[in-house]
Amino acid sequence: MLKKPPSFFGKGGGGIFQIGSSNESSKLMNFADQLLQYLVNGITNGGIYALIALGFTIIYKSTDIINFAQGEFVMLGAVFMSTFYQHAHMNLAVSFGLAVLTVAIIGILMEVLMIRPLQESSVVTQIMATIGASIFFRGTVMVIWGRHDQFVPFFSPGEPYRFFSAILDRQYVWILALALLAMGGLHLFYEKTLYGKAMTACAANKKASSLVGINVQTMVVLSFGFSAALGAIAGGALAPFGMKYDTGVTYGLKGFCAAIVGGLGNNVGAIVGGFVLGVVEELGAGLISSSYKNAISFCILLAVLLMRPQGILFIRSGERV
Amino acid sequence: MIGRILEKIERIHFLLFALLILALPLVLGRFDAGDYYISVLVLAGINSIVVVGLNLLMGYAGQISLGHAAFFGVGAYSSAIVTTNFGLSPLLGFALSIGLNAVIAYFLAEPILKLKGHYLAMATLGMGMIFSALFSNLPITGGSEGISVAKLHLLGYVMNSRDLKEINYYYFTWIVTLVLVYLALNLVDSRVGRALRAIHSSEVAAHSIGVNIAHYKTQVFVLSAIYAGIGGSIFAHYSTFLCPPDFGLNYSIRLVTMGVIGGMSSIWGGLLGASILSMLPQFLDIFAECDILIYGLVLILAIIFMPQGISKAIGGCWKKIRQGPVIR
Repeated sequence: MLKKPPSFFGKGGGGIFQIGSSNESSKLMNFADQLLQYLVNGITNGGIYALIALGFTIIYKSTDIINFAQGEFVMLGAVFMSTFYQHAHMNLAVSFGLAVLTVAIIGILMEVLMIRPLQESSVVTQIMATIGASIFFRGTVMVIWGRHDQFVPFFSPGEPYRFFSAILDRQYVWILALALLAMGGLHLFYEKTLYGKAMTACAANKKASSLVGINVQTMVVLSFGFSAALGAIAGGALAPFGMKYDTGVTYGLKGFCAAIVGGLGNNVGAIVGGFVLGVVEELGAGLISSSYKNAISFCILLAVLLMRPQGILFIRSGERV
Repeated sequence: MIGRILEKIERIHFLLFALLILALPLVLGRFDAGDYYISVLVLAGINSIVVVGLNLLMGYAGQISLGHAAFFGVGAYSSAIVTTNFGLSPLLGFALSIGLNAVIAYFLAEPILKLKGHYLAMATLGMGMIFSALFSNLPITGGSEGISVAKLHLLGYVMNSRDLKEINYYYFTWIVTLVLVYLALNLVDSRVGRALRAIHSSEVAAHSIGVNIAHYKTQVFVLSAIYAGIGGSIFAHYSTFLCPPDFGLNYSIRLVTMGVIGGMSSIWGGLLGASILSMLPQFLDIFAECDILIYGLVLILAIIFMPQGISKAIGGCWKKIRQGPVIR
């Protein structure tokens, strides 16, 4: 139920400037400065997109399902964090952690209750089921939390940093740091732990994995948990800018674009795709027109799908498209 | 022989359905809120047209589209621009709506329909998002402020004037719907319909027995776009005001939902799904704030318990009843 697509880093949230708006200060900036500013913003957006794209990829690899409720995990992360902070009066770090955990549990419940009965269904049915879940999440949040934006304070309030001539909001640094941390953690998990290796094996071949004694079902559950947690991390990092029940949709779609741009089912691709999409979109919005910002991402998506459906990276995905 | 009988049964179904539709306003007219029900039924008719077209594409040919609101929007805006901006006859609006959609769909079909499964879903979704950005930014569509549309004048009648209380528009919409449904029913029983089903079950097999896959996919894509365009034009004259959110992702997804819930692989399923989901929000009004939540829940449950759609579920029950209890 996409109402008006909210602009990225929507309304609310102090200290956010609109690039591409025709106010005096942005006109005074010379072109190189503007370009640098677009890059900084683009990379920050890219971090968020990359996290969401990773979430898509993890679920796609383990179940061959595109989870259209991925954006809702982002929204749920922000909403739960604000609830733990505002109403349970916990500190920011604890509420962030608890929010991620809660959303991970929601993701697991979604797998057990809804995805498992649909394992043998057609692609359309599965897509519609996850769309149903996303509508359900949105409806629930609207009923419980209302139609208002939910906020938490900025993680470290203060003047924005300056990066050469570009303005770098403090929260942007947090977003990038959290995104990189999450990616690093995930990488370590996949490379160093037995469970991580088992998940990789399941993604490669389910039958063979179950033959060597891996519990495939557990791995699918785990992948939903991780995917939801990644979305919630993105949501928590964005929470100071405010989020409400329908904010997640746009993030989900952008993350989806990123996952496809990088090549569906490829972790590195998802990360690269996220950053590429973030930067290109920001440049396009700044240099062409900010009202076509969404259209630009989807033009990139279509271009990639039509010319290089295996993604922009030079990695063989094995699947014929 | 059996084919002939089945054909007759199908025709009888259609005739009964047409009679029901034509008689419904006579019954509803007796209720206090009859006008309101009729206006809901007009919307159901409009959605039915689009969903029947979509079912040809998704249920029969097996090609997903999450962007059909784009064609619906192109149709609606064609009618709006022709009648409002240029003051021309609404019939020209309908003609432009059909022509424009056919051309757009024809050129999009070849590259997009090469993709399969999730990739096709994503590409059509992207297509829909791009069109919806165009609707809300192009000067000719009135941008995000919207555009007003003249009422429909046909054969000297105003179809949706106040004193006629929607009845005229109800008949206009449903007669168009019935004609289009009849065409669709004939199409799926023809050589083309068999080719589409063959493509759905296996492209390789269909190709090997000489079905020109690209050709048929393009044809059915164009046809479903035309259906959506006609629906859009009728909607434009009915709502008399268009704004871009009506033609966004939200509507595309509702269309697919209608198809899935009703049953995608049948024309009747499309009609059923469109009618039920057009009326459902009106019933959910009593739940006030919870309506979105319940809508999502209904969707999930329907998909888990009736993955083939309501029409197939009813058909299955009917079969069981006729066969009687299973003796073990």
